[in-house]
Amino acid sequence: MEVTPPFFLKNALQMKNNIIHYCNIKNNEVYLDGKKLYTGAEEDFLSFIKGVYKSFGLDYPKFYKMDTLCKLAIASSSILLNGINKEIDPNMAILLSNRSACIDVDIKHQESISQGEGSYASPANFVYTLPNIALGEISIKYKLRSENSFFIFEGFNPEFLIEYGNSLTQLGKSSSVLCGWVEVIENEYNAFMFIIKPEKGIELTKENLEKLI
Amino acid sequence: MNLLQNKIPVYVTNGNCVTPLGFNLVNNLQEIKNGQVAIDKITDESLQSESFYGAVIDKIKLKIAFSKLNYKGEFSTLEMMMLLAVDEIVVTYKEQFIDKCGIIFSSTKGNINALSTEDNTAYFLHHLAKKVSTAIGIKTEPIVLSNACVSGIMAISVAKRLIQTGVYNHFVVIGGDLFSKFVFSGFQSFQAISAQPCKPYDKTRDGITLGEASAAIFVTKNKALTESSFCYEIIGDSSINDANHISGPSRTGEGLFQSVNNAMKEVNIESSAIDCISSHGTATNFNDEMEAQAFNRAALENTPVFSLKACFGHTLGAAGLLETVISLAFADENLIPPSLGYNEDGLTLPLNINNEIQEKEVNIVLKTASGFGGSNTAVLFKKCTTDEK
Repeated sequence: MEVTPPFFLKNALQMKNNIIHYCNIKNNEVYLDGKKLYTGAEEDFLSFIKGVYKSFGLDYPKFYKMDTLCKLAIASSSILLNGINKEIDPNMAILLSNRSACIDVDIKHQESISQGEGSYASPANFVYTLPNIALGEISIKYKLRSENSFFIFEGFNPEFLIEYGNSLTQLGKSSSVLCGWVEVIENEYNAFMFIIKPEKGIELTKENLEKLI
Repeated sequence: MNLLQNKIPVYVTNGNCVTPLGFNLVNNLQEIKNGQVAIDKITDESLQSESFYGAVIDKIKLKIAFSKLNYKGEFSTLEMMMLLAVDEIVVTYKEQFIDKCGIIFSSTKGNINALSTEDNTAYFLHHLAKKVSTAIGIKTEPIVLSNACVSGIMAISVAKRLIQTGVYNHFVVIGGDLFSKFVFSGFQSFQAISAQPCKPYDKTRDGITLGEASAAIFVTKNKALTESSFCYEIIGDSSINDANHISGPSRTGEGLFQSVNNAMKEVNIESSAIDCISSHGTATNFNDEMEAQAFNRAALENTPVFSLKACFGHTLGAAGLLETVISLAFADENLIPPSLGYNEDGLTLPLNINNEIQEKEVNIVLKTASGFGGSNTAVLFKKCTTDEK
């Protein structure tokens, strides 16, 4: 059967995906395309990420209500998407992954219901007890009505992000993909977000992703 | 290679499930036909002072059924449920496990009860996945999809895509979630738990009933492998986020509408070609109304639609997979399952709610799901004809 590919696919069909931009938040530092943009002095994650939020003028009051995973995901994706100086592709898929899901807020919710008689769950915590809420937050902030999915692995899995990210563009599900590893447990965190697209960029290989994280 | 024009056909087969109604697909189908439901009245003061409704598996029966299989070692309740559901796939497809066969798990909270124990290793979803995949002898790195209530159906879509791009030949897909205090208390705090067994699409619907289940299905590009069970080709799939609200669906049904529309476009069919819809139908006011908006926009208002939530309750990460398995097994007998709990119309737009078992030739089934985080998934399944087989 003949299927006419949408306009954005003409590129996708001719060219392989490359890493066109990337952002890291780790070890109290923020990097965009490998360039260090910010260093925080705070010792705990919440103070550090608040510092990042203010310093980059992210201006998104909802940020304060979010769990640690959403804070890290919103900060890293915003710095990346605001930093590329191009119109954001409304069709861009989001493909995120980590090891510990949303364990910080899960523990909070668990504690609130384990205190015996009269202990009540807080809806404000419960709503964040799914890792894919981070996708919802990014989608809302950037009006991305697009494909999104959240995966859990034992460790950073570059092969999977390449395989599934490529399938999204090659099968016409999206024109580009915001991929990432967003992991946080208490004060240990690492966010690595990157955009793949059939355009000029860093070659999308396992080795390159392992170097860039 | 132009993947859009030379699409590799991908099939689902050998579905199975473990629910309070039975520990295999045959028993579940029989019980549904007999008018049985998995939801029951539960008294558990640690959860709520008054009794409530839920669909919970008898753990003693589960242990007995599991002990008849050949798995050595200690397994949690959820791991036992998953192994019971996948065992027939293991027996049938063991030889394919070494032929580029991947494994995908769909779960929202996994072994959530392990979070409050001293050693919380079992809480981590990759740990659960590794344990189950090692037990059944799959050596590839397990993929865990944790995407709220669309996880189960989205897992089938992910498997299809990874097969179509040539990375894998087959996938074992397993879904499961437990009835837990963690989730129950959360939905209670939202005042979203129904005081009665949930009533999807009904005027008096007042929220969800939670359940627990596991389900499994085999996804393959080799049609010859589907002979022992039902066979459906996955002909279209899409998952579009509402980008609207993290805990409530879009009022216009935008994401679900776009998902359904994209799935139809992928295979170039009109809505009239769809024989029935296995919907999400949680029985919350907003979800059911949102579905009515989306299905009307997709010109599906006359297509028979059913929610299995009033039978199994909401089984979270298992739901999409469980409901697919049940719907396709019914479709194989040219039957449409009943949407229980529906008596009086309670939507602002019409839907054709299939409130009792109906005999009808069924070739194309649409499965949808929607969930927190604004997620929506739609997958179209087409029955393989006998002469093709």
